[in-house]
Amino acid sequence: MQHETHTSPGARGRRSSLLAGAAVGAGLMAAVDEIVFHQILAWHHFYDGSTPPAALLSDGLLHAAELVLVVGGLFRYADLRRRQSLVARAAWAGGLLAAGAFQLFDGVVNHKVLGLHEVRYGVDLLPYDLAWNASGVVLVLAGVLLASRR
Amino acid sequence: MNDVHEHGVHGWLAAAPVVTVLVATTLAGGYLVLVRRRERTLGRRWSGLRTGAWLAGAVLVAAGLSPWTVEAAHADARGHMAQHLLLGMYAPLGVVLAAPMTLLLGASAPGTRRLLARLLHSLPVRLLTRPAVAAVLDVGGLYVLYLTGLYTAAQDHPAPHLLVSLHLLLAGTLFTWSVAGPDPAGPHPASLRHRVVVLVLAAGAHAFLATLLYARAPALPPGNGHPAAELEQAALWMYYGGDIAEVALAVALFAGWYRSTARRA
Repeated sequence: MQHETHTSPGARGRRSSLLAGAAVGAGLMAAVDEIVFHQILAWHHFYDGSTPPAALLSDGLLHAAELVLVVGGLFRYADLRRRQSLVARAAWAGGLLAAGAFQLFDGVVNHKVLGLHEVRYGVDLLPYDLAWNASGVVLVLAGVLLASRR
Repeated sequence: MNDVHEHGVHGWLAAAPVVTVLVATTLAGGYLVLVRRRERTLGRRWSGLRTGAWLAGAVLVAAGLSPWTVEAAHADARGHMAQHLLLGMYAPLGVVLAAPMTLLLGASAPGTRRLLARLLHSLPVRLLTRPAVAAVLDVGGLYVLYLTGLYTAAQDHPAPHLLVSLHLLLAGTLFTWSVAGPDPAGPHPASLRHRVVVLVLAAGAHAFLATLLYARAPALPPGNGHPAAELEQAALWMYYGGDIAEVALAVALFAGWYRSTARRA
């Protein structure tokens, strides 16, 4: 915003594009988690028996929010395109950043702090947790790199 | 009691085709009459998509209230859940996206139109169509249904069953209208932010209730006689069925926003 006049519409477009991408990225990551790990691999359990109700409620709200984020983000993206103020690189950066951040959030808060469920059951968890969180870090770094390049 | 039920079932199910077709054609016919009247009054074509939405809604309402579905809901927790999803979520989407109030306003004589406008601006309607209020009526009603003895009462007796079914349909329609409806709702429509927040909270509370039912099967709903596996499956239907409805609502909501920002720009 300090750059003033002619750069600010571009900056605004970049920020809006980043946010639209972030909404889609976080929501899609959450959806991939549900579809691949819950449904196809059935590694995660829908509910693992020892979960307190407060954790179930927060999980429900997060789940509801991620779906609305994907839809809202896509419409925002379409709106930016229509106005020709879409910055594709920023949208991608936002998407990667948010996808990684969600992966980390899921790996640290959902799996460990709230104890909703684990990555997989009946195995040594350490490699799975490392892979899970490392993939989050890689996505975040890719997003940061992409965002900082002009 | 079971014996009485067995006897009643035959006559009741024999009437199923007639009842179902009657409900669907009455709803569809009423709407088509209004479309013709509106087109003649205003000299403008009414959207075919809106008519299509209504016809789909009419079929879903008829399916949800049909004796077949009622029987399935009586026999099995999954039957009940199918009815819950049809009446509470999918039928209302069709009904609301058909913009029946806009249609009615355009098809009415000036006197009736003024009366309708006054009704829409009246305090009860303004309150009921606030997204937050409609969400509490809709999702809050489900908490009452599944966490009290109401579910069992509705399984065992026709009158509470009918009332629960109608509540699902009406509260679902109210909620859908308030969050994603194209129809006018009072002089101060809720902001996009209010609608989005309420949609997320309501869908989250719905998902939470579904997980709770899954986790506490077969203890919940209190007094139900279903096996645990059947209840768990019904809870999963509720969870994922709710997702589909939530995405559809979000698409309707943001599509409305997308259209309206184009007009303003």
